Amino acid sequence: MSAGKVDEREETGAELGPFGSCPLPIFEHPQIVLGHGSGGKLSAELIEKVFVSRFRNSTLEKMDDQAVLEIGGTRVAFTTDSFVVTPIFFPGGDIGSLAVNGTVNDLAMGGAKPLYLSAAFILEEGLPATELERVVDSMAAAAQSAGVQLVTGDTKVVNRGKGDKVFITTTGIGVVPTGVRMSADRARPGDKILLSGFIGDHGITILSQREGLEFESALESDCAALNGLVDAMLEAAGGEVEGFRVMRDPTRGGVATVLNEIAGRSRVGMVLKESAIPVRDAVRGACELLGLDPLYVANEGKLVAVVAPEIADRVLGAMRKHPLGAGAQAIGEVVEQHPGMVLMKTGVGGTRVVDVLFGEQLPRIC
Amino acid sequence: MKYLDEYRDGDIAAKLVERIRRVQTRPWVIMEVCGGQTHSIVKNGIDHLLPKGIELVHGPGCPVCVTPLEMIDKAHAIARCPDVIFCSFGDMLRVPGSDGDLFSIKSQGGDVRVVYSPLDCLKIAKANPDKQVVFFAIGFETTAPANAMLAWQARQMGLKNVSLLVSHVLVPPAIEAVLSSPQNRVQGFLGPGHVCAVVGYAEYEPMAARFHVPIVVTGFEPLDILEGVLMLVEQLEQGRAEVENQYSRVLDRAGNRPAQELIAKVFEVSDRKWRGVGMIPQSGFRLCEEFRELDAEARFSVEAIDTMEPEVCIAGQILQGIKKPHDCPAFGTECTPQRPLGATMVSAEGACAAYYAYGRHLKDADLVTLGNGR
Repeated sequence: MSAGKVDEREETGAELGPFGSCPLPIFEHPQIVLGHGSGGKLSAELIEKVFVSRFRNSTLEKMDDQAVLEIGGTRVAFTTDSFVVTPIFFPGGDIGSLAVNGTVNDLAMGGAKPLYLSAAFILEEGLPATELERVVDSMAAAAQSAGVQLVTGDTKVVNRGKGDKVFITTTGIGVVPTGVRMSADRARPGDKILLSGFIGDHGITILSQREGLEFESALESDCAALNGLVDAMLEAAGGEVEGFRVMRDPTRGGVATVLNEIAGRSRVGMVLKESAIPVRDAVRGACELLGLDPLYVANEGKLVAVVAPEIADRVLGAMRKHPLGAGAQAIGEVVEQHPGMVLMKTGVGGTRVVDVLFGEQLPRIC
Repeated sequence: MKYLDEYRDGDIAAKLVERIRRVQTRPWVIMEVCGGQTHSIVKNGIDHLLPKGIELVHGPGCPVCVTPLEMIDKAHAIARCPDVIFCSFGDMLRVPGSDGDLFSIKSQGGDVRVVYSPLDCLKIAKANPDKQVVFFAIGFETTAPANAMLAWQARQMGLKNVSLLVSHVLVPPAIEAVLSSPQNRVQGFLGPGHVCAVVGYAEYEPMAARFHVPIVVTGFEPLDILEGVLMLVEQLEQGRAEVENQYSRVLDRAGNRPAQELIAKVFEVSDRKWRGVGMIPQSGFRLCEEFRELDAEARFSVEAIDTMEPEVCIAGQILQGIKKPHDCPAFGTECTPQRPLGATMVSAEGACAAYYAYGRHLKDADLVTLGNGR
């Protein structure tokens, strides 16, 4: 018996049973692992430790989806995002439409009117030119539909095997209307949490296309530009746009991750109602089968809005009238208790914590 | 959604809880054997729905948690080999060995792949004839048929580049270990539904009689678990110690014969190490003589790896039901899913990780403010 075991027994006053103790593992990653890109705690740690610590400034520290900068009396929203999805074409979209809509949405989540985008392409040697054209056609169509222009760009080619067909980085700017002031630190007790529709469609669609997991599904990615929906919501609030505390598009990491970010930054608690969260049967089924939780699955055309109770009904009504918000629901509210923590009332009447995942969501064994 | 919503109905749940309340006259300690049951209990907040005096303790049935460190180290040694495609169930990727986890090995250039079915390895092996495809065949009796099928089909198809790193464990020896412990507090078991779907539950009957302990083979949905608890409490209150089947929509006493036959052709019962425990005689499977050529341990010469497990956390006692995760001073502070000190915090099915993810590290007071604390 090791010294450790003896100490343990003295401390707890208990005999160790047949299952003994378990080991202390090493859990540092000297390399970048995929979990660092998951949107969960590992990503947050990487961003804080490596990037924020070196670039530190008051705009960056807000950690919103976009920076809002005052330039010549105009409030300009500014954001950038990279897209590396595999496969590059999937039901409901492709890497091109995703790259345009993703950046448009990051601007729209600040309440900004998106105006101009840049696009940088990293192309892998051997990519069929027709596939690139298809991607770029799709970007042009998405830009037109979202009402933005692609005004500058860049192209690089890397050796075969050094990329994965095509990586796209888009950067966007837009203008924030007067009075709109949304940020993750503005949620307060009593606010309502609105969700614009079914969750998990994009993530499960992509998963269903991946090698080793092709499953039959009529699912499509929800990939869409949300600026039109945001316009309708802001309009419904009339003069009370101050009541919009914060909006987020729950992409990687899903609804659970963005709500935790907001709860943490605003130092408030949240209580969700499981039965109010819309999940399609196809997504639920896939998640049940694979041991995944739809709350952590990516969306590309949904938004979560935290709004003041006075405007919540009006805003929800406006969302439901818009095609991209037809399935909108009030899924919970902001509370004073348990700051930084998101709780959920479960279907059978229990309560659970909806925490942030630390890395990638892993399918369970059985 | 059909076949799910029926078993998650809040009104029926409340009625079952009421029936348990009416039947119960004194405190009882019940162990749910399966990690899947633990996960469901904490995900749905079932332990907080039960009447006071019914204590659920979490059993050793998380296959990821009980896989010994030594076997993880063997897996990592193989996954680091050039020209190996190492295939695993998803939640094994984060389990730390002596030096990092499979994610780290992947980031260092190892070809580590998550498969959803062991049979996916056949496709991978055919597509990569110049690579060795190794499957990490872990789990209880539940995963044994599919893992056995991989070995069977690999041989049928003449695939020379497939092998299995086998670390299979069996539930009955684990239950016996719990019952034989001088500290045992467990008075009844929610038996492992999926395990019994494969092997049936006849082999649990002598154990129930010998230890005079009731076992109710139970499913995984909230209403399954509540009904299983009700059946157990009824037995306990009446002084019965029988094996009953709550999960009759899925399994019967005999289990799945073709699956059992396949297992018998490919595996044989052997001594196995359990994480934190050491050797338990006749507590697992290894490939039988006829399939020994598919044994990855021999193929990659890793049999000699013999890792000592340092003794730090109380996961062993948690797996045995002696302690609850929040009895550990490190729980939720030094030990989190991000920086796990022990195996039970590593797997989503592990009792500590399940407690953590679903908020049992919250004070009861926080739950009371929501109106459903006890």
